[in-house]
Amino acid sequence: MTETGQRVRRRRTARTFWSFVAPMALGVTIFVLTPIVWGLTLSFSSAQTTIRPTRFVGLANYLQILSDPAFRHSLVLVVVFALLIVPGTLALSLCLALLVNATPWGKGIFRTIFFIPTACSYVVASAVWRMSLFNGLPTGLANRVAGWFGQDPVAWIGQLDPPLYWFVLVTVRLWLQVGFYMIIFTAGLQEIPQELYEAARIDRVRNVFQELRYITLPLLRNTTISVAVVCLIGAFQAFDEFYNILGSAGGGAQGNLSLAMPPLVYLYSIAFRGQNYGLGSAGGFVLTIVIVVFTLVQGKLLGLNRGQNN
Amino acid sequence: MARTTDAHRRRAGRVGRRVALYAVLIGLSLLFLLPYYIILRNALSTRAQITGFQWVWFPSHPDWSNLADLLHASSPVLRAMLNSAVIATVQTVAQLAVAATAGYGLARIGYRHANKVFLLLLGTLMVPSAVTFVPTFAVVAALGWINTLLGIIMPGVFSVFTMFIFRQAFLDFPRDLEEAGRLDGLGPWGVFLRVVLPNSVGVTVALGTISFIWSWNGFLWPLVVGQDESTWTIQVALSTFLNSYNLNLPGLFAASLLSVLPVMLLFLVLQRHIAQGVKMSGLKG
Repeated sequence: MTETGQRVRRRRTARTFWSFVAPMALGVTIFVLTPIVWGLTLSFSSAQTTIRPTRFVGLANYLQILSDPAFRHSLVLVVVFALLIVPGTLALSLCLALLVNATPWGKGIFRTIFFIPTACSYVVASAVWRMSLFNGLPTGLANRVAGWFGQDPVAWIGQLDPPLYWFVLVTVRLWLQVGFYMIIFTAGLQEIPQELYEAARIDRVRNVFQELRYITLPLLRNTTISVAVVCLIGAFQAFDEFYNILGSAGGGAQGNLSLAMPPLVYLYSIAFRGQNYGLGSAGGFVLTIVIVVFTLVQGKLLGLNRGQNN
Repeated sequence: MARTTDAHRRRAGRVGRRVALYAVLIGLSLLFLLPYYIILRNALSTRAQITGFQWVWFPSHPDWSNLADLLHASSPVLRAMLNSAVIATVQTVAQLAVAATAGYGLARIGYRHANKVFLLLLGTLMVPSAVTFVPTFAVVAALGWINTLLGIIMPGVFSVFTMFIFRQAFLDFPRDLEEAGRLDGLGPWGVFLRVVLPNSVGVTVALGTISFIWSWNGFLWPLVVGQDESTWTIQVALSTFLNSYNLNLPGLFAASLLSVLPVMLLFLVLQRHIAQGVKMSGLKG
């Protein structure tokens, strides 16, 4: 083939390729890359009541947001939240997957029941949790059940001490997402070859717990890691349930949100209520760094186990 | 004799274990269904029945007026439902179209720099989307799309993750079929549209239903961009009712019930596909 023929063909391939990929590349450029660059620019600029950077201010936004006790508190809060949510979700969703897998009949029904909260939104679940289940009045369901055991009604949401709102916030997220991760674990379980269990039985691995310890859990490691990563990133970006369970009329960071404000709610309030987009963007990048660090630390922890077990 | 008692005991142990297993599963099931039951009960109760001192398991005369009150022409809830339906449908269809074509281009068109483009796109997954919502708002504002459905829809259309899944699926697509299409005189687009897509219904439906549900249930972005009542999604409307001074409790739950129904139907009909989609999403990191 001649040199020019090759070049013509190469150019035609490039044209075909871009006819397929251009819409995605263009969209990602506009709606993902531009915001990242614009956000970085904003974070180093003064941009109040305007989305355009007006003046370069160096690290001022970063220094301001890092010295803000409310923001630092929100970071601590979301770390605690993630520490409750990630192990809780891993344990519960794995348990559900194992339980459903162990049933001789009715697998489909149970799986549907545990999976169906995936269809519910955080807003609707928040309404149920706040208005009915954990209503602070004696008529709230949790208080009614407590009443049967002779307990006085408690304010689940509205008080700092004891911080019962943690229970409300953690259970709503668990209910909404545990079934989702159960499905992922179920897929992981189905990939474990049955012969391994038979071989183990010959090697005197008899009870369920030994099977779990020596076969199931080690072979689910990759599934566990990916579930933990998605779950962690999700927890760090918690917004909906905090905003809707702790929020109040008028929106923003009033009412019970002063008890527990995660970073995204805080950024929402400074960017869209306070109209300080420079500060909001700086906070966004700080949060990104925190998420990346924790994801790496978690990966390291889960990866270290691998070294010990082998 | 000793052997039979042993066998007996073992069988009794197995039966006991099964009873315990089902007891735990049924208990958990009731707990998991409880919130849905609450929505239904509250939606059909009067305020007095919901907040009354006597617990009412289910109203003996269901109060349908809560639901009926929402179903009139100028109802903000219906309007919001319609907005959500438009947003979720357009976003899902557009997302599938953009992601599938890009996924195919990356998987099958032998462009020299295809891998570089792929890695560049994949790299954007490193930045959590909710974290860039402030500058994304700036971009949408610069385009003049605040308080428009377009502004709510567009940033969610370009899903690198969906593209990634499509690319993986197309890499496994049987080359013989594509070759047969080419011999019939089809070009790359013809092969893609007439051969590859019709044979990739499974992955498309799986990703589509997941995307629709996420779009329908999404809250933060529509809250930021669709502040005006005319662009409220159903989630923003519900949140506004929940956080209002004069809360209409049965009305809130009736609207919640309405908002859950379409997704629930979709969910029950397409459950198998959704589970498939979830398994694929499990790779996301």
